[in-house]
Amino acid sequence: MKLRIEHRLVVSRQDTIIMTATSALLSLPIIAVIFLAYGANPVLAFGRIFYGAFGSVYSVSETITKSIPLMLCSLGLTIAFQTGVWNIGAEGQLLMGTIFSSGVALSFPEWPAFFLIPTMFLSGFVGGAVWGLIPAMLKAKLQTNEVITTLMTNYVAAKLLEYLVYGPWRGKEEWGFPYTSKFSPSAQLPTIGSTRIHYPTLIIALVAFVALYFLIAQTKLGFEIRVVGKNPEATKYAGIDYTKVILLVMAISGGLAGMAGVGEVAGIQHRLRVGISQSYGFSSIIVAWLGRLNPLSTVFVSILYGGLLVGGEMIQISLGLPVGIIEMFNGIFLLSLLFGEFLLRNRISFEI
Amino acid sequence: MSQELMAFLVNTFEATIRAGSPLLAGTLGEIYTERSGVLNLGVEGMMIMGAVTAFVVAQMTHNVWLGVIAAAVVGALMAFIHAFMSITMRVNQYISGLALAMVGLGLSSLIGQGYVGISGYSLTPILFDFDPLVFLFILLVPILWFVLFKTKAGINIRSVGENPAAADLLGIDVQLVRYACTLFGGILAGLSGAYLSVSYIPSWTQNMTVGRGWIVLALTIFASWDPRGALFGSWLFGGIEILQYRLQPLGVSPSLLGTLPFILTILILVIGTRETFRRRMGAPSALGKPYRRGEE
Repeated sequence: MKLRIEHRLVVSRQDTIIMTATSALLSLPIIAVIFLAYGANPVLAFGRIFYGAFGSVYSVSETITKSIPLMLCSLGLTIAFQTGVWNIGAEGQLLMGTIFSSGVALSFPEWPAFFLIPTMFLSGFVGGAVWGLIPAMLKAKLQTNEVITTLMTNYVAAKLLEYLVYGPWRGKEEWGFPYTSKFSPSAQLPTIGSTRIHYPTLIIALVAFVALYFLIAQTKLGFEIRVVGKNPEATKYAGIDYTKVILLVMAISGGLAGMAGVGEVAGIQHRLRVGISQSYGFSSIIVAWLGRLNPLSTVFVSILYGGLLVGGEMIQISLGLPVGIIEMFNGIFLLSLLFGEFLLRNRISFEI
Repeated sequence: MSQELMAFLVNTFEATIRAGSPLLAGTLGEIYTERSGVLNLGVEGMMIMGAVTAFVVAQMTHNVWLGVIAAAVVGALMAFIHAFMSITMRVNQYISGLALAMVGLGLSSLIGQGYVGISGYSLTPILFDFDPLVFLFILLVPILWFVLFKTKAGINIRSVGENPAAADLLGIDVQLVRYACTLFGGILAGLSGAYLSVSYIPSWTQNMTVGRGWIVLALTIFASWDPRGALFGSWLFGGIEILQYRLQPLGVSPSLLGTLPFILTILILVIGTRETFRRRMGAPSALGKPYRRGEE
């Protein structure tokens, strides 16, 4: 018996949606086996994840809270990936956003909120954009592989943050914890009622979604993004400035991640500290992929994935699982998606 | 005084070689993987799985060498998944490697959960401060260099990575060579992790590889895909790691020094990916490109 693999020439939109959903579901039995090996009842665990994510008003509010950074990061990644730029650095770009905006918040605590908070978002955008532009420059000008450089910038950003909160920015009244001082009230984002939903960031995320949708579908840059992504060689003949497109895309992608960082530091923690991001930058890679690089479905998937994170935290506490479990889910999701991608692109048959 | 200085130098030299050892093992493996045309970004995951496996198995069996062997097996298993994804299924190798890195980091924290903070079994040094794994990795350098550049097997590996279609015409089993090299890379990544958890640090902590698996990818380029270069590169990075500890008492922030390996990695990549440099240095032409007969 011999396995035959043939390329499918046409893949319909419907097939794509079905296959994405199926391959996401495919990862569930694998995760179930790991739960079993761990001595946990997988049905119960999945039930708890779902209930923890969507079972009450509180859990829904937490799900939305966690979906905010995912939305901002993964929206940025959709255009980076569409351009064929493998930005794995959203985590570091997010952290640079927290650093830049914390710098503003700590330097000008007496500024009124209506001026301070927009300045923080702006500086967060700049921080993330700068961090995204470094690998972008290296890629566009020197053909350096952005997968590894963006990964490395994650580590550099994390170490810089560590340096700041252990060193010059360490708060005076934090009992030796590696935290900065608490932000002044005017540097803290308002939330909806008693929830943790910091709505200014949510509004920015939704505006970013609309803007990106418009950018990709309607503008010249959107067209150029598609050309560079599908056929970088053709850019020369189409009169497209390859360098300009790559730089713009990475500035937007990094900047959005940076603003996600502002949301975390000004909306949730109210101070800069180690571990401020719960791997949002990495999770958003999967979110963007699950959303098939389409902004609308990416927003939708962000909410589902936010639910997974909240539910995952719930079972971490109740089943005593380590924090890294979310990363493992991420990896298994990615592998299943790849497998689904393969099934989508190929027709498999057996020859006897 | 001079005796003290001597002792300090010897001590620093030993520490450098020990710090470079996990990088050396990982890089040697990735050199073979990439020479055959497969890019494995999942080294970090295989390394950390090797680390947790070696530690846990050593604890359970009270035999540290069983732990080391188990780590090699786990590394090979993970590499097999990558090989299947990228060679047989021909999916995106970047994503497959990244996914395995994530799975490794998560799964290892789950497996090692009950073992954090326990002081574990450790390999015993046989000469100076070096245990057998250190010697094994160094010994592998000339052997792997010889095999890669002076034997038929080495020619086969390199031709599969350079021009799989031509290699296929010559009757070389492209898929088989690529599977073997990817598995070999996984075994060494597993051993490299084992070295961390049962020799270098003798304990288990989450995420204890701290990016070494990514540094390996840059060192592979830095070494220009030559085992001899891997030796030099890993000792250089080992030296930087030791420098971090040595400079800390002088008031230099360990966090800031900690950025050095990653910044250096970026610099190496920048130099290493210049097309002229790549051609001169022998980057495999078919790196990261899946092969199927009759298809360019």
